[in-house]
Amino acid sequence: MVTTVNTKTGERTATRPSRGVGFDGGGKRTGGNGSRQPFPPGDQHQRDETPHHYRIGMWVAVASILMLFMALTSAYVFRAAVSGWQQLRTPPLLWVSTGVILASSVSFELARRGLRRDDAAAYQRWLGVAVLLGFAFLASQFLAWRGLIAQGVYLASSPHSSFFYLLTALHALHLSGGIAALCYLLLRARREARGTTAVNKVKRRAAVDAVGIYWHFMDGLWIYLFGLLFLWR
Amino acid sequence: MEEATQAEVHPPDHAAHAHAGGHHTPPSGFIRKYVFSLDHKVIGIQYLFLAMFSAFTGMAMSLLMRARLTWPDHAFSFLGFIFKTGAPNGQMNPEFYLSLVTMHGTMMVFFVLTTAPQGGFGNYMLPIQVGADDMAFPRLNMLSFWVTLVGLLVLVSAIFVEGSSAFSLSAHPNSAVAKFVTTYLNGGGTGTIGPIGGWTGYPPLSAIPGGKSGPGQGAGATLWITSIAIFCVASLLGALNFITTLLNMRCRGMSLMRMPLTCWSWFTTAVLALLAFPVLLAAGVLLILDRHAGTSFFIPAGEIFSDHVLPNKGGSPILWQHLFWFFGHPEVYIAILPGMGATSHILSTFARRPVFGYRAMVFAMFGIGMLGFFVWGHHMFVSGMSPYTGMAFSVLTLSIGVPSAIKTFNWLGTIWGGKLRFTTPMLFALGFVSLFVAGGITGLVLGQTSLDLAFHDTYFVLAHFHLVMGVAAIFGIFAGIYFWFPKMFGRMMNESLGKIHFFVSFIGVYGIFMPMHSMGVVGMPRRYSAFTEYAFLTKLHPLVLVVTISAFITAAVQLVFLFNFFWSLWKGEKAGDNPWEATTLEWAIPSPPPFDNFGGIVPVVYRGAYEFSVPGAPEDFTMQTTPDDEIQEAGHAAPRLGEQGVGSTTGNGHNGQH
Amino acid sequence: MGRLLGALLFLITIASVWLFANARWWFPHAITEHGPAYDNQFMLTIIVVGIAFVTAQVALGIAVWKYSAKGERGERAVYSHGNNRLEMIWTGITALIFIGVALLGQRVWARLHFYEAPPGSAQVHVVAQQFQWNFHYPGKDGQFGHTEPRLIKDSELNFVGLDENDPAAKDDQVVTTLVVPVNRPVELTLRSKDVTHSIWVPETRFKQDLVPGMSITVHYTPVETGKFELACAELCGQLHFKMKSYLLVVPQEQYNDLIQLPQAQFQGRVTQLLKEYPLGIEKAAAQAASAGQ
Repeated sequence: MVTTVNTKTGERTATRPSRGVGFDGGGKRTGGNGSRQPFPPGDQHQRDETPHHYRIGMWVAVASILMLFMALTSAYVFRAAVSGWQQLRTPPLLWVSTGVILASSVSFELARRGLRRDDAAAYQRWLGVAVLLGFAFLASQFLAWRGLIAQGVYLASSPHSSFFYLLTALHALHLSGGIAALCYLLLRARREARGTTAVNKVKRRAAVDAVGIYWHFMDGLWIYLFGLLFLWR
Repeated sequence: MEEATQAEVHPPDHAAHAHAGGHHTPPSGFIRKYVFSLDHKVIGIQYLFLAMFSAFTGMAMSLLMRARLTWPDHAFSFLGFIFKTGAPNGQMNPEFYLSLVTMHGTMMVFFVLTTAPQGGFGNYMLPIQVGADDMAFPRLNMLSFWVTLVGLLVLVSAIFVEGSSAFSLSAHPNSAVAKFVTTYLNGGGTGTIGPIGGWTGYPPLSAIPGGKSGPGQGAGATLWITSIAIFCVASLLGALNFITTLLNMRCRGMSLMRMPLTCWSWFTTAVLALLAFPVLLAAGVLLILDRHAGTSFFIPAGEIFSDHVLPNKGGSPILWQHLFWFFGHPEVYIAILPGMGATSHILSTFARRPVFGYRAMVFAMFGIGMLGFFVWGHHMFVSGMSPYTGMAFSVLTLSIGVPSAIKTFNWLGTIWGGKLRFTTPMLFALGFVSLFVAGGITGLVLGQTSLDLAFHDTYFVLAHFHLVMGVAAIFGIFAGIYFWFPKMFGRMMNESLGKIHFFVSFIGVYGIFMPMHSMGVVGMPRRYSAFTEYAFLTKLHPLVLVVTISAFITAAVQLVFLFNFFWSLWKGEKAGDNPWEATTLEWAIPSPPPFDNFGGIVPVVYRGAYEFSVPGAPEDFTMQTTPDDEIQEAGHAAPRLGEQGVGSTTGNGHNGQH
Repeated sequence: MGRLLGALLFLITIASVWLFANARWWFPHAITEHGPAYDNQFMLTIIVVGIAFVTAQVALGIAVWKYSAKGERGERAVYSHGNNRLEMIWTGITALIFIGVALLGQRVWARLHFYEAPPGSAQVHVVAQQFQWNFHYPGKDGQFGHTEPRLIKDSELNFVGLDENDPAAKDDQVVTTLVVPVNRPVELTLRSKDVTHSIWVPETRFKQDLVPGMSITVHYTPVETGKFELACAELCGQLHFKMKSYLLVVPQEQYNDLIQLPQAQFQGRVTQLLKEYPLGIEKAAAQAASAGQ
């Protein structure tokens, strides 16, 4: 099967199947032990690799989002060390937000457990709760903003207010993406319940895992930001 | 029940069925095939063309810059026609020069050096070289290309939103677009062609809204930073895809230490991009807020422009420098690492020798990448940062020289004792080594706090980084183009034209950048739009002329390349599957590769990527896909497996991973 | 082809070395106390750099010269995957040299930046603005008057925002030339009104950014009198290339007399001195010419 190729002309001097050298195609050459079975795990991903993609991709995405917030954190710490820093008072609503987002994480976990038990009803129910709590969190954040604006605290008012609005807005933006993903899962679950779509369970479990990574990350990120903005210093 | 489990028990022929579906059916129709394509190969080529457009635009800008520096008073009438305000009557004014500086830098760094080697070759070759049929997330891949394109369009538009040049929008003050520009971007009517803050965009120069800090710093600067933010997003999507693909889609037998060094370089680059671009994005968001929302992240209190005190409350310009260079230094490696990978790959192929010290190469590459995150302060020695911090950065910086030296040593080790075939890609790879040494070694000067006192922001810096991350990286890209062109387009590029291109470019770039070192020693500051004001610069005029002439010659020979490229696309000699007699997976498939790369069959890899001149093997190259017994069948002893082939010959890259 | 490339590499190496060995495009003569130490450190570094550069380029040249493929059938290169021992030795040596150079490279830096200016230094406050340098001297009382950003009015020629109500401000002088005494440490307090600038006089081997919102204090000691060009080295906008001034190093007595003068006469006297002193590089050229005779 090894073919020699003339460098000058690029012509092949030996005949061979059109596809090229080294293919283990046609079942002729199937590996060191002459058989493909049992399949080593390395072959599996070539067939349906998406479940792993979801998880790996999500961890990688989380790393980059974390870097974004780390950069802003270092800016925050750097800036807080310079003179002219005025600390805002903690808007009480933020404690509500924190409670809501923690509850949302918990309900997502309950949904995932439901899925593992093949309990479609529980899965849907808790997923729905998680979505609602996600919206509630956004609403609570929005109200906290409104409260500050009513007090005359704007984006440009002080360094701390700038960072507050920026960090909460960026977090909310990322969280909205999470809500969209949850809604998508919910929609798929509904459709499946009505029998309009068939669901690949392995894929879905991976998707739920990936969304879970993101959703819990958003939760943790909020607690981190809350601590940074109001408890640090 | 479950598709994946089902497929496991099927014989390999049936494996193809499992992924006949989803995006793995070849698209029909021109738009799906060539425009909004999900195929990593098409996307890779799209990236390459985008980079090529940017490279030639950026090069044209650099020629205008050289012209202005050499003949500051000369009127080039054709320019007056295109840039009525930037070059009235054809005589370029200082702000026009500075906007060229900014645009040239931004375009080259982001849309050429980051895009071509990673987005272009990485996209095309990484899945093939690891034995996958596509990237992990094809849709995301397409998205990242189109976002990059939007970024480029926004950047180009930054040239035209201000002033009343021929293409200016403000010529029609009542149009909706003009209103948007004046109202939301603080633009309009300052009379230049673009932002003048340099690619580093130091605030407050670039953070003061409304063009107060200079012409071009209104809408132009806003679009400039917006473009960079868009580019950050695109790069992050790309990096995510690269990392997932490499970790999860390697075929059987492709253990990490059997991967071609190109894959390692793309992987390292993706990790760097993943960690560095979010920081630039954060900085960009803060800068946009400072420009448009009245915040004071980077604008300090008491800023005075024309006797008017700005209301800002005490931000820190240094903060931008920290954020920018935390990104900016890894960015240098984002530009150069893929070139290193391609050089190792190509040197080994045409020296007919295994890569010298493969493992050391991998570790050096990763070492350079990771150390790159801890040295950003060497751009800021004289910025007002603490001198003790500066010292720490200095020592860390020079320690990067060690892995760089390992790489150089190993490249020399690779060609030493080889049977060198001087094809055009080989010449460019050798050129890369020479330029990398020439440009990198002066880092030893600039990395020292003391010496930076004189060299900071002089032409010495310009020479250093242009040689190492500019032309060395470009040589890496050229090596890649000449090397992979036959695979990508199924035709060979013309070798004679390629050699002319190489030799003239090689002499040319040394002619451009070597004299710049001397200018720096004399003390010539960079970003000056003319050297007419200082007596100590007048003696450098002969060198300025030498540089300019070299630049024009080098630029001219790029047209030879351009001609060669497009001529070969249609008229080039037909290429075989493996015209270079190389060993890696991309050469085991047809040129150009079919839609799903491996024809629905999963390749199996038996050895490391660079098994050249194996004693006893029938050929002087042993492909990664050639089974061992086939070599033994040829009646020879089994080849000694090198350090790439650690583990059993049918070793599995995925053992225990899933 | 290999020989052509090899020869080219040798030629490029020779040309590059010549460019650096050529005294014509070299540093201007150093006029500060730390100047010679700086020049020595640069010399040391450039020798290390030069050796590394030449070694690598020549090795590359030899390799391409020597190891061309002949195009014969069945020719094989040496089969080896490297040599760990060689690799270790090489890494050790470069690490030693590079870190050594890095540590040596801190000496001048430490001398200038790790210590406060000695007492009795001449004081100058520098206020940069887009395309102009303002140098603020304390006057005969040796005390700087109070300054305030909001008082800055270019239109009223109050470039640094001097508070006229402050008695210490009465005798302060502000000019666009940096005048300092010779052989005495100078302490510069650097501020900027608008964007980042950088103060750069090649002969001083010293550069420092002036960052708005920050007050940066630096010091060095000029040891030769003369007039030297002062440039802005950090991109500050449209006319960055024209943001020029002079550093005038004068004998101590001349400086003492000068600093006693009120603002109106101070300016005239500085202009006069600027005319009297030849430019540093012209002086050096004249000296070289006389030495040659």
